[in-house]
Amino acid sequence: MIQVRIHGRGGQGVVTAAEMLSVAAFLEGRHAQAFPSFGSERTGAPVVAFCRIGDREIRLREPVQNPDILIVQDATLFKALDVLEGLSKDGFLLVNTARGFSDIHLDAVVARIPAGHAQAVPATELALAHISRPAPNTALLGAFTALTDIVTLDSVIAAIHRTFPGKLGEANERAARAAHDLVSSHIAAGKDTADA
Amino acid sequence: MLEQIEGSKAMARVIALCRPQVICAYPITPQTHIVEGLGDLVREGALQNCEFINVESEFAALSVAIGSSAAGARSYTATASQGLLFMAEAVYNAAGLGLPIVMTLGNRAIGAPINIWNDHSDAMALRESGWFQLFAETNQEAADLHVIAFRLAEELSVPVMVCVDGFVLTHAMERVDIPTQQQVDAYLPPYEPVQVLDPADPISIGAMVGPDAFTEVRYLQYYKQQTAFDLIEDLAAEFSESFGRASGGLLRDYHCGDAELAVVAMGSVNGTIKDVIDELRAEGMSIGLVTLVTFRPFPTRALQQVLAGAKHVLVIDRSLDPGMGGPLASNVDLALRNLLSPPAIHSAIAGLGGRPITKASLHRLFMQAMEKPWEGPNFVDLNEKVVGRELHRRARARRSGPAAENVLKILETERAAAFQARIETAE
Repeated sequence: MIQVRIHGRGGQGVVTAAEMLSVAAFLEGRHAQAFPSFGSERTGAPVVAFCRIGDREIRLREPVQNPDILIVQDATLFKALDVLEGLSKDGFLLVNTARGFSDIHLDAVVARIPAGHAQAVPATELALAHISRPAPNTALLGAFTALTDIVTLDSVIAAIHRTFPGKLGEANERAARAAHDLVSSHIAAGKDTADA
Repeated sequence: MLEQIEGSKAMARVIALCRPQVICAYPITPQTHIVEGLGDLVREGALQNCEFINVESEFAALSVAIGSSAAGARSYTATASQGLLFMAEAVYNAAGLGLPIVMTLGNRAIGAPINIWNDHSDAMALRESGWFQLFAETNQEAADLHVIAFRLAEELSVPVMVCVDGFVLTHAMERVDIPTQQQVDAYLPPYEPVQVLDPADPISIGAMVGPDAFTEVRYLQYYKQQTAFDLIEDLAAEFSESFGRASGGLLRDYHCGDAELAVVAMGSVNGTIKDVIDELRAEGMSIGLVTLVTFRPFPTRALQQVLAGAKHVLVIDRSLDPGMGGPLASNVDLALRNLLSPPAIHSAIAGLGGRPITKASLHRLFMQAMEKPWEGPNFVDLNEKVVGRELHRRARARRSGPAAENVLKILETERAAAFQARIETAE
């Protein structure tokens, strides 16, 4: 079973991201569970959502404490709370930032997980370019499919269109593809950020 | 058809397939998505011949449902927490009048302190109201129980409450098999009331009853509940045959046959418990689980049968009676104490006000029940340091202040220190 934890702020589509990821897994015939951290959701307040993906019925209902993949939609959260808590030592880390990991003081964290498991993606910039809204969730899901092989980009795009019909879906698809391609090129070049 | 769907939306879809004729809608977290979903289905025309009534309060929601049910309409409403308390008088009336209303309860804690998160305090507060109470383990079961609930309610002319863990189920997205209209129609025939307000054949419902007959009317209510066990089992068996999966019934047995320690629990925590039990059984521990689906009527005989071989029974309550402990534990204790060799009962209070019940905590709890059993309720994951500081404050000063605010202040101080430490590390 794969466990994903997504951190962000209210308004960034954190819960929707977890749900779309679960739909993508479902479309591949797998079992998936997505749920929010059940706070009083307010714009700007820290929000956490979880997604579990497996090949059998998922019975576990506790919040994800030891994520295999951590997606951080807002890099300012690292100072506000212990975002990295429980990240497994073989885990993956995907951060929405236009800066490098050293600029946001995450070198030590990146060094703790295997090489190639961390990626910094300017998802907000990609979202602004493609969706004209600072909603980084679909770009990060696109990046997720380049960083790991848990679900395919096609499944994520199908899930995006189920959530956002019409033109909005197409715009989100472009953001997801752009982030996927960017991360693929980082990985091919052995980099973890756009600048490094 | 299998769908990846939010629990509330799945319930709304299946409730609509039950063809309710009156839906009384009033929002309260975490139940709101269910009535919103039903509102969408009525607006889109997917649910026809249904009056969707936006009422002005929970008291009105159930009062309107009582009226429409008495007039012969299949009636549905949903609520949670304080909403259930606000309609409490009508809750008792619906049961006393024997009206087959189905109500979803998105289980949530009751204040004070105000709390929007999941536990079973609301269902437990009205456990003696005369409603049948069924608890869902998964969103599939939450959806399915509504089909069973309408059938059960209408066969017996009793109101049925479907209890669904707020947020943990209502807001979780997972796969749910949404049945077809034909499947639901075949299982749930049109409502044929045993009593109805009909101008063509006038009767009154709701007589004042004095000491000469009150006990008898109440006894009939008790009799109806105590003779419902076979029907509840039969309806579950028929459901399983028609829909190809197990939902409902009195209880489910998970490895209790040979188990020295049997856990008893209700609702969504059962999934996590099963994962822990699999791990502990693999390590050689003799442990099983009873998932109680039907809490009212309380299935005493079925529990006696399934727990006859257990040496220890650990009951997990998701609510607290501050003057007694766990209400489920008290009920289980009463059910088992006259067995020839009754098991020892261990009570645990867990998951109050939305605190997650983790595998790690359950693992510790189950080991403790075998190795170092306790007296009285065991508060799982209680922050003893915080409690200790607050008790110490009270001992020192008469005007010690409000408990909730004091506890929050202690936690805030701890969090601020952790935040400061993180900032310093980052810099």
